[in-house]
Amino acid sequence: MAINRMFRTCPMTGLRVHESAEALIKANAVAAVVFLLLGGILALLVALTRWQAVHLLPPDWFYLVLTGHGLDMLVFWIIFFEIAVLYFASSILLGCRLAAPRLAWFAFFLMLAGGIINNYAVFRGDSSVMFTSYAPMGAHPTFYLGLILFAVGALIACFVFFGTLVVGKAEHTYNGSVPLVTFGAVTAAIIAVFTIATGAIILIPTFLWSVGLVDHIDSLMYRTVWWAFGHSSQQINVAAHVSVWYAVAAIVFGAKPMSEKVSRGAFLLYILFLQLASAHHLLADPGLTSNWKIFNTSYAMYLAVLASMVHGLTVPGSIEVAQRRKGYTKGLFEWLRKAPWGNPVFSGMFMSLLGFGFLGGISGVIMGTEQLNLIIHNTIYVPGHFHATVVIGTTLAFMAVTYFVIPAIFRREVSFPKIAQWQPYVFGIGMTMLAVFMMGAGTLGVPRRHWDITFAGNALGYEFPGTAHLMMGLMGIGGVIAVVGGAMYLLVVVHSVFLGRRIETPGFQRVRAVEGMAPIPVPQPAGAAPQAHGGAQAWGAPGTFALAMVFLVSFVLYYFINWKYLATVWPLK
Amino acid sequence: MSAIQPPEHRIWWKQPVEPLEITWIVVAFIWCIFMFLMMPYWHVFGKQNLANEAYRTTPEAYTTKTQAMVDKHKVREEKFKVGEAELTIPVVRPPAGSDVYLIARLWQWWPMLELESGQTYRLHLMSMDWLHGFSLQPENINIEVHPGYEHILTVQPTTPGTYSIVCNEYCGINHHTMASKLYVVAKK
Repeated sequence: MAINRMFRTCPMTGLRVHESAEALIKANAVAAVVFLLLGGILALLVALTRWQAVHLLPPDWFYLVLTGHGLDMLVFWIIFFEIAVLYFASSILLGCRLAAPRLAWFAFFLMLAGGIINNYAVFRGDSSVMFTSYAPMGAHPTFYLGLILFAVGALIACFVFFGTLVVGKAEHTYNGSVPLVTFGAVTAAIIAVFTIATGAIILIPTFLWSVGLVDHIDSLMYRTVWWAFGHSSQQINVAAHVSVWYAVAAIVFGAKPMSEKVSRGAFLLYILFLQLASAHHLLADPGLTSNWKIFNTSYAMYLAVLASMVHGLTVPGSIEVAQRRKGYTKGLFEWLRKAPWGNPVFSGMFMSLLGFGFLGGISGVIMGTEQLNLIIHNTIYVPGHFHATVVIGTTLAFMAVTYFVIPAIFRREVSFPKIAQWQPYVFGIGMTMLAVFMMGAGTLGVPRRHWDITFAGNALGYEFPGTAHLMMGLMGIGGVIAVVGGAMYLLVVVHSVFLGRRIETPGFQRVRAVEGMAPIPVPQPAGAAPQAHGGAQAWGAPGTFALAMVFLVSFVLYYFINWKYLATVWPLK
Repeated sequence: MSAIQPPEHRIWWKQPVEPLEITWIVVAFIWCIFMFLMMPYWHVFGKQNLANEAYRTTPEAYTTKTQAMVDKHKVREEKFKVGEAELTIPVVRPPAGSDVYLIARLWQWWPMLELESGQTYRLHLMSMDWLHGFSLQPENINIEVHPGYEHILTVQPTTPGTYSIVCNEYCGINHHTMASKLYVVAKK
């Protein structure tokens, strides 16, 4: 079987694009967007039900739709997109051919089949067990089967990615070490491998239990192992979207990492310390000791938190250095004011960075503190937190980079540029409202995954304070705004990909690479040329440092506010 | 070179690090260590900590113990309308310092407890079937309740009043109906 060695050179970036890699990136990205559409419709229904004044769905439909929303967004949309990111970060950034494209197609169809089977199980109506599917509550066997098939497909795709790194090295398509973005993608893929392995450890026995071959699944064992899978899969997202941040800084500004050593070291900390973090889901569970909880939740002295704080500094820091070199040197923030706020690739990425840090990051550490978890566990504060990390953080970063992928990979112009320009703002602001008001309502004790917090017709029910209902209403409004932002994204993306104006390059052709070698790199067009080596200025990014200090102060204040609140509740021991 | 290209210097790990980054790493690391120490600190000096006491048991054994407590310390029964159904739930007032049992099951908390403020009780929590969430409002104390694990916490109610227990772990189609009361009365 002949190996496809056909490449084209991207006129916009100078990247060498392998034909098979391009087709696979397109397929995975399109599948991702289809699941985003489905998950988005379900999101609207969830938001309109929890907004008590609207209270749209009956309870059975609400729990069904909430289950489907969690799976389609957290699993199918995000992981399909991540596979596209992995292929891009390996084959395209290294300028080498994708290893084993047929296997990659097999992985794609396996994932697609898994996604469809799992959705089938959910929409049957007998698998409304939520994203977490805590045993001993059982779902239809096809629910677990779909997830297992999807996971196997994703695992194969990870190995295609690793294989591509080997091909690039063996065929000498680049010099020295892999680019930082590829390094970040390697981090994501390594975390993905042990995440999927953990998923197999818990989902395969649960599947066997659902068909009657295993007779008991212990609830604490399930939660412990499931979260080693469920939380780690969110760490794949973190590694992937941080890589996307670095990529966007490079693409939009030609920014050079402040120092390779620090950024790569921070990625390494993710691999070493993220897995332990899953213990913070078990802080309010019986049967686990405080020593175990403290060691594991502090992520072994919070080294993974440290890593995110480092990326949060170095990404905007590198942008600041690049901007200052272009002459935006006035005051602390001219570099930021004069940034291309009308370019959705940048605006989306920067909002992702701020939302992930200020909202998602701080709230995550608070929740993951052993004692503070008591006043937060299973309240709607929790989805507030993860909508800030996974939606503002990951999804918004992926949306932003899509506006680069459409011209670079799909070779189409972005349709409706005005809508595209506003989209990250609408989505980002809606989602920020949703996350903030969820956290507010959670502080007042509103439970997550609950159909009716008014307890209508229930004499035993609790009457939540009016503020809680107000916050849930504002959350609903934020959710609707975010869905509008999501619809704008889908409109632009679907129209651009299928009906957008083709980008025609004179003399376009795919070039066959010589045996064992990718084509010779073409010099970069002047516009996208990276900046020369910096470091001349000792304190190159004062504005970013000021922002980091604002972040630290907010973090410290909010941390102590929560301890103060904890100190007022009933003594427990 | 930019982040999408190989590092400019082949031996990139020997390149100097910007002082800005070093400063931030040191500051962030100190804060991380502080946050880590805060948890053991609260175990020693704080008043709100979860117990490490839990036992594996069976629903039958747990029900027997709960029933014994109800038989011994029942003070009255209360009737509540939940949807169409009329529920009769015993209210139990166990002595201060004693073992107090609460059953979580689809979709009910049983029995109802009446505690004295300022006293401590050993509160036992266990589920008979699926996972449930003990969420005491408006205190906002939230604890996971497992089937097969008897979790024991020492609680000290502070202010008299009627509190609510809401289930905040999704437990099936009637999850949102699973709620109960907890009475705290002034010490006699």
